[in-house]
Amino acid sequence: MKLAPNYREIEGKSTGFRVLLGGLGLLAALAFGAFLYMEHSGHYVTGMTNQIVWGMPHVFAIFLIVAASGALNVASIGTVFGKSLYKPLGRLSGLLAIALLLGGLMVLVLDLGHPDRLIVAMTYYNFKSIFAWNIILYNGFLAVTIVYLWFMMERKMNRYYRAAGTVAFVWRLILTTGTGSIFGWLVARSAYDMAMLAPMFIIMSFAFGLAIFILVLMAAYSWTGRPLGDAVLFRLKNLLGVFIAAVLYFVMVYHLSNLYATEHHGVERFILMDGGIYTQLFWIVQILIGSLLPLAMVYHPTIGKSRPAIATASLLVIIGGMAQVYVLLIGGQAYPLEIFPGYEVTSSFHDGVVNSYSPSIWEITLGVGGVAVALLVVTIAIRVLRFLPVSLADDAVDPHAAKAD
Amino acid sequence: MTYAMVARRVSGLLLSALLLLPLAVSAEDAEAENLPFSDLTMTEPERHVSATEECVAPEAVMRRNHMKFILHQRDDTMHRGIRTRRYSLEECVNCHAAKNEQGEYIPVNAENQFCSSCHTYAAVNIDCFQCHATKPVRASRLNGRSASAAHPSGGPGNAPHPFLVSEGNAQ
Amino acid sequence: MSDTSNRIDSARRAFLNKAGAAAGAAAIAPGVFLTTPAVARPADQPVSSEKRWGILVDTNKCASNCDACVTACKDENGWGSTEHHSSQEQQSQWIRKVEIRNRSTGFVATLPLMCQHCEHPPCVDVCPTGASFKRADGIVLVDKHICIGCRYCMMACPYKARSFIHEDLEDQLPWAPRGKGTVESCTLCVQRVDNDGTPACVEACSAENHNALVFGNLNDENSDISRELARAESIELRADLALNTGVRYRGI
Ligand code: SF4
Ligand code: SF4
Repeated sequence: MKLAPNYREIEGKSTGFRVLLGGLGLLAALAFGAFLYMEHSGHYVTGMTNQIVWGMPHVFAIFLIVAASGALNVASIGTVFGKSLYKPLGRLSGLLAIALLLGGLMVLVLDLGHPDRLIVAMTYYNFKSIFAWNIILYNGFLAVTIVYLWFMMERKMNRYYRAAGTVAFVWRLILTTGTGSIFGWLVARSAYDMAMLAPMFIIMSFAFGLAIFILVLMAAYSWTGRPLGDAVLFRLKNLLGVFIAAVLYFVMVYHLSNLYATEHHGVERFILMDGGIYTQLFWIVQILIGSLLPLAMVYHPTIGKSRPAIATASLLVIIGGMAQVYVLLIGGQAYPLEIFPGYEVTSSFHDGVVNSYSPSIWEITLGVGGVAVALLVVTIAIRVLRFLPVSLADDAVDPHAAKAD
Repeated sequence: MTYAMVARRVSGLLLSALLLLPLAVSAEDAEAENLPFSDLTMTEPERHVSATEECVAPEAVMRRNHMKFILHQRDDTMHRGIRTRRYSLEECVNCHAAKNEQGEYIPVNAENQFCSSCHTYAAVNIDCFQCHATKPVRASRLNGRSASAAHPSGGPGNAPHPFLVSEGNAQ
Repeated sequence: MSDTSNRIDSARRAFLNKAGAAAGAAAIAPGVFLTTPAVARPADQPVSSEKRWGILVDTNKCASNCDACVTACKDENGWGSTEHHSSQEQQSQWIRKVEIRNRSTGFVATLPLMCQHCEHPPCVDVCPTGASFKRADGIVLVDKHICIGCRYCMMACPYKARSFIHEDLEDQLPWAPRGKGTVESCTLCVQRVDNDGTPACVEACSAENHNALVFGNLNDENSDISRELARAESIELRADLALNTGVRYRGI
């Protein structure tokens, strides 16, 4: 057997590191400014209305929270399923999960009508609300993952870390189910009225989280000049391919079963055929650019072995994922509520018409800030603590053990 | 408060205590022996305080506890429909809002007015007036309005309320 | 109504009697008279589930070019033209007139649409803080003191009954507090109902002699609304969701 991998902080003295920190810090600061402005003026400066009540910040927040749970996947595979190839990646995986969740929660909270009442959100609970349960799940996820990381990194605690990893694995499945259920509970809205949403969110989390993980891993290793071998990278990109295909499958089943239910024909027609921007986002960005293209790239015999191609495919998955959340969230709200089935409806309150939404610069800045905060947390953490193995070269990650499984 | 609300709040508090444990340490605040502001000299604000009529409780009690009174009243009125007026925020405003030279009411939370003079000094933010009226409205609205069927000031079960005497409340 | 009126100056009492008579006549079908005068609940007593308030909307009587109910609601509760920065899509609407046209028959009806005061309100189920709640007497309200402005209730409401306040407000009315960053909806004029009054929309509809709205206690089988509901058919909107709404419709 090989020795346990050697972890070390990154140097963090290069200009590139400072530029990275500065850039991310700037984005985070801009987001904070945007938040102050929206908070001070009220939400009239945003694109949200009484018809589209969850806008761009929620797209970012949901994407980040879903991805957070998926980012932990790599650690879980190593710990829970005992695949030793993934074990050296466990620390980064846990860190990324925490960072993405923090970023997402930040965006979610700062978009509240009353972010100053965070303490109210934590002291008054309505236990019937899946949203309240999510607050508990998110906090618990942070705690569980921190303990998991600690057990992983502290030699004395090492013997418990498998147990902690299992808890974290189960917890995050529940967490993503909870996030998906936020929509599943909205029985009144045709687009969300599906038990399918919860498992679909779990699969989505696998794909989004892994794509972000691959990008962060490649960036960290190439910018610090540490070796990252093909064994690890190809294994990850093959896994990504599996997840992309799984998401595609779930999306297909979701729409097919929607088509099967007559009362959902309207919204299906809207998303798939004549929803304008939402239809385009669905077919072009989510399906073509975000799923089929990266799928072809990672499995292509030659392109699939090129590192820029792997990075690009990961990026496309992220873009497609954002589009998917956008179509689901905004598109689902844009489609009018069916209050009077069989009737055409008109009113002064936009009944019976497709609602339009154009995100404001403030909302986008806030959302991007969430991403920046997540990456900032990762950058600082790997600078001060031992998250990254010195080498992930093929001979360092014990290919024999990897092959044996 | 109803049982469900109490239960919800207690369990909520327990949870948040767990989540916020590190922050909670400094929250314990021994009740000061002296009344707040008892040794304070400050320029008298242009606030409206009657020289002849008493408030609903002695001034020292009000200074110390007014927020508890209105918090209690808030939950009672909001969730249980209890509409006694003794500790109602509206009556605070009705009595304590001052008028300017033109005889118009000045908002109680405007600079140097009844609520804000103390709150500014104590640096305590008032959240009430994001939503609540800052000037007496009921009386003026009742005269000129035809659609207002039921906004009586006062009601059975009220403790004696000195402010209402002038409104012909004696039965 | 009689119990509180002696506390108010005589000019107002005179008005109250008039309004009361109008509302009474309005609420009742021809020939039927109010038999049990409501007994006022003392102000220090909580509301109870002995009552459940509701409104019956008779769309046959609702006039297509009339929005007296909407205007009365604005006047009573102080919304509409209070938000100066918000776009039309962002401004609050507690109650709105909706025109519906049957796709196959072409039949057209208009009706007011507002919070339906569901017995099993989705908005209450999803609200994380318990700010959305249902009073014992069935009125669904938002406790703006603990509303964090997450808008989940707006996502959950099947009738789009709720609005979010997008900007700072001034000059609110004492009996209808409302403010930036919180969600609001029809309160069934809780400030009137608690004083044995009738919601402003119902009163206004009667004043216009349309009498399309009947308000009353659904738990009292002798109330006007219960008799009307027993007399002829009515539906709840989105009955498939089984929310048992307090507002019901006839004629569609
Ligand atoms: S109509 Fe909408 S806002 Fe009113 S109680 Fe039902 S779900 Fe809640
Ligand atoms: S917006 Fe307010 S009332 Fe609505 S769900 Fe959120 S906290 Fe509850």
